[in-house]
Amino acid sequence: MTAELNPLPRLAQVSFRITGQSAAAAAAALGLGALPGANRFERGDRLAVLWIGPDELLAVSSVRDAAGIEAALRGAIPPGEGVAVDVSANRVGFELTGAGAREVLTTCCAIDLHPRVFGPGSCVSTLVARAPAIIFQTDERPAYRLLVRPSFAPYVTQWLVDGLAGAGQR
Amino acid sequence: MKRRPDGGAIDRTRPIAFRFDGRLLTAFAGDTLASALLANGIAALGRSVTAGRPRGVMSAGLEEAHAFVQLGIGAESEPLVRATGVEVFDGLSAEGRITKGVLPGVPETARFEKRFAHCDVLVIGGGPAGLSAATTAAAGGARVILAETGSRLGGALLRDQEQMDGHPAAEWIAAAGLALRRQPEVRIMLRTTAMISLDQNGVVLVERVSGHLPATERTGLPDRRLWQVRAREIVLATGALERPLVFPDNDRPGVMLAAAVRTYLHQFALRPDRTVVFTTNDDAYRTALDLVAAGGTVAAVVDVRPGPAGDLPAAARAAGITIIDEAEVTGTEAGPDGVLSGVVISHDGAARMIPCDVLAVSGGWDPAIDLIHQVRAPTRWDDGIGAFVPVPGPGGRQVVGAASGALTLHAAVTSGHAAGVEAARRTGFETVAGPVPAVRLWREEAPRLVTRVPAPDGDESRSFVDLHRDVTVAGVLRATGAGIQSVEHLKRYTLTGTGVEQGRTAKVNAAAVAHTAIGLPPGGTTSSARPPIEPISFGTMAGRATGPRFDPVRTPPAHDAQAAAGAVFETVGQWQRARYFPTPGEALAEAVVRECRAVRTGVGIMDASTLGKIDVQGPDAAEFLERLYMNRVANLKPGRARYAAMAHLDGSLFDDGVIMRLAADRFFVTTSTSHAGPVMDWMEEWLQTEWPGLKVWLTSITEQWTTLAVAGPSARTVLEAAGTDLDLSREAFPFMAVRTGRVGGFDAQVARVSFSGELAFEVSVPGYDGAALWAALVAAGAGQGITPYGLEALSVLRAEKGYLIVGQDTEPDTTASDAGLGWMIKADRDYIGKRALGRRDFQRPDRYQVVGFRADGPVMEGSQLVSDPSGARPIPIAGSVSTSHWSGALGVHFGLARVKGGRARIGETLQAHDGARSVPVVLADPVLYDREGLRRDG
Repeated sequence: MTAELNPLPRLAQVSFRITGQSAAAAAAALGLGALPGANRFERGDRLAVLWIGPDELLAVSSVRDAAGIEAALRGAIPPGEGVAVDVSANRVGFELTGAGAREVLTTCCAIDLHPRVFGPGSCVSTLVARAPAIIFQTDERPAYRLLVRPSFAPYVTQWLVDGLAGAGQR
Repeated sequence: MKRRPDGGAIDRTRPIAFRFDGRLLTAFAGDTLASALLANGIAALGRSVTAGRPRGVMSAGLEEAHAFVQLGIGAESEPLVRATGVEVFDGLSAEGRITKGVLPGVPETARFEKRFAHCDVLVIGGGPAGLSAATTAAAGGARVILAETGSRLGGALLRDQEQMDGHPAAEWIAAAGLALRRQPEVRIMLRTTAMISLDQNGVVLVERVSGHLPATERTGLPDRRLWQVRAREIVLATGALERPLVFPDNDRPGVMLAAAVRTYLHQFALRPDRTVVFTTNDDAYRTALDLVAAGGTVAAVVDVRPGPAGDLPAAARAAGITIIDEAEVTGTEAGPDGVLSGVVISHDGAARMIPCDVLAVSGGWDPAIDLIHQVRAPTRWDDGIGAFVPVPGPGGRQVVGAASGALTLHAAVTSGHAAGVEAARRTGFETVAGPVPAVRLWREEAPRLVTRVPAPDGDESRSFVDLHRDVTVAGVLRATGAGIQSVEHLKRYTLTGTGVEQGRTAKVNAAAVAHTAIGLPPGGTTSSARPPIEPISFGTMAGRATGPRFDPVRTPPAHDAQAAAGAVFETVGQWQRARYFPTPGEALAEAVVRECRAVRTGVGIMDASTLGKIDVQGPDAAEFLERLYMNRVANLKPGRARYAAMAHLDGSLFDDGVIMRLAADRFFVTTSTSHAGPVMDWMEEWLQTEWPGLKVWLTSITEQWTTLAVAGPSARTVLEAAGTDLDLSREAFPFMAVRTGRVGGFDAQVARVSFSGELAFEVSVPGYDGAALWAALVAAGAGQGITPYGLEALSVLRAEKGYLIVGQDTEPDTTASDAGLGWMIKADRDYIGKRALGRRDFQRPDRYQVVGFRADGPVMEGSQLVSDPSGARPIPIAGSVSTSHWSGALGVHFGLARVKGGRARIGETLQAHDGARSVPVVLADPVLYDREGLRRDG
């Protein structure tokens, strides 16, 4: 059971917090049929939109620029019905892939990642050891993407690399 | 006991060499340390804690009260390890230390791991009940974890010779284990003890991964693995523990629990030469029958009951075993080594001695329900079995088999089967369970509850109720004589139940002796059990959270650049911040003076990125902040900033920071480093729970921005040299203004905010440009001698200006007025804390107030301020020193202090006493430097 950890290139990230009235317009502006439900993410126009909280979402893209996403959202959200903030420097990304990826995460994350519970399209705000992290699964290899504050990245890397070294030992 | 030439579950092809108390001994693979010692004729392996009496192995499991050892060699050994739970391996070394272990004196070298796990059904215990439950629970596809503390499945079936579906039980165990292992969603965990049960069906398991292997086979494996399991359903199949009997000299090596004697016979091929069985129930007859079947001698079965007539006593009679009914063991005898040599039996008013090397005792069975006690679930006394049993509770947890008080094999397999079906149903899986195995239902008579056999001579100072803690009947009666009635008081008075094994075999007997003495029935109440079931080493608890994984060490983007500039860092919360930047050979005090001078006369640069930052947006953003902060906010114009502070509901200072208005409906708010999280939570809480109608949204942007402060008279020159499209002139960019523009090639937000009193620009760029901005500004400032400065210099600079640090210069009850910030409090608007601040007590003139001071010598922070340190005691305290520095700019020792009625005492001389010496200090206005504020514009 092997797994691989790779840092992701800099991601455009735009946080948006909105009322129910602007949900449909915000989704359309990002190329989504609808915004993701709780603990899910949806893919839109060259980006993914992650559910963070009941009124909070995060648009993430490795190809689009944050200013464009922010502008699209600001254009779609009626005045007084929400905000969009460029937070591209607020988190950095990692990708953890491979058959052993799930076991690596069991060393440092309390979330149940069993395929019956958590699969492609799932997204959760949780902790990796003691660091806040957003974890979402992009495919069935499995591949997990983790978003963490840059200041926690060395610590989170320590935990994941340690898990990689220990994974598969039974 | 002696090793039989054949039989047992040991591997005679794999001899093991080990050491005990320095002696080189041999055993076989499959032996426990306890069985290995018994096989080597070591009956006594240490002396007891207070009585100093020889003690030996008394059980084969978790209930062991005597056989504890120091496992390993020297500094790396582990104390208080239960010999009945240690599998011997080549190279094992142990010392008999029954009650007092030695903590290792060196850092842990073994590897420990932690895992999180989730399942639909967690079955604790791999005996007949647990195996049945796991089998039926898993049949419909549920995720099942089966945790077994031993090295093999089977539980009581490993000692009891039973048939299942007409075949030896071993075949059923093997088949059930194999079927479970074939299921992809089932995890069987051997050598895994459920240590802690928590609310919401959380259970902590400890898996002994490699401790049973010789050192050469452990490579890469952790010693232990701690599992934090969350289960939707729990089935407790933890079995029952046999209870010893209390009579004079009942603690000698050779007195063993009756079922344990069977375990040693069947698992380890160990057989006593001559055994006496002393029982209150039918089960112990199995021991007599099995010993005789194995060629041993059973001198007698001593039964407290009259004419036992159940199936097992009948079989014993048929086998020619002597049964002495209505009889008791009233004493034991021992050889010079303290090891059992015979027992004294009282029968028909006469006493006689029977020689034997093992006395197998059974005082009944206690369901193993410590895990139930841990979550404070109710139990009740059951007169039928004379023990405490669990009370069936609400969903989520079922107790089956002997743990539920149903002690027969038939009850184990039927209740386990049914619980597995029920657990599958509750978790939404099909219940396609197979048939219940057919087992013999032995006709058993009720046990008789005997918790104490009185001493013929009345001396009960050697009748032990707690074998581990050396608590005797006499000791318990001393407690009741002193007025103790509660079992919890009894525990603390006598220490019964406080041993490493939590008095598992002592609880019922001790309580019964006490209850009888004060005229209560024997059941009543029992003392609680605490997590964990057995000691968990610190290494196991820590897991891999050691070294760099112990706690996050957070660094801002420009950290490495500061390290390259020679920074000495200090930890602020989880952050690393530069304390000072010494040149080679430079001391802290020298560096601070140099850094301060640079800011006061030239220019300095500091990383302020760790300050909390919150984006507050929406049409009601100004109104929202107006309610949170003590200052006016709504009248702040876009492009302007304001120093601001907020209070707790009780009026005390919570945090201070800067509010910048970027647009009519958008604010950029900073918090202190340590309050970044709490302030964000505080804002969200008010917004979500009290003011959901406000159209305001918050975004934490602390790490979005790297903020570098360029401070000093030459700051303007540095920014111009770096290249900027901003007009930095005093007129175009006044104090407390905020602008966005290009600086050093980056899109930046620039604020004219100063924590030093000097001209300063705080330049913020997205974090990914932070390190490059540091480099650009340092390069641009080279001509001006730009000097990186750290927190020490900052503290001097801000204290010279009388700027306080909330949390350092304030106490939890300090108000803004106490802190000298009364000027910022608005009178005409409501805000959090306003009502509390209106209390008359907050207007008292003798409250502790923040003032400055000067001194002729250094003053230690934390010093108490008194008028006369040599006066009559107790000496009234006038205040304390919260900040103390040397001011290079003023050439004076100075600082900030909290002094009772301090503002009215400016000019007064007090003594700063640090516990050893006193330094006179003169109270002063907090602002010592540039009181007119002429320097902030450069």
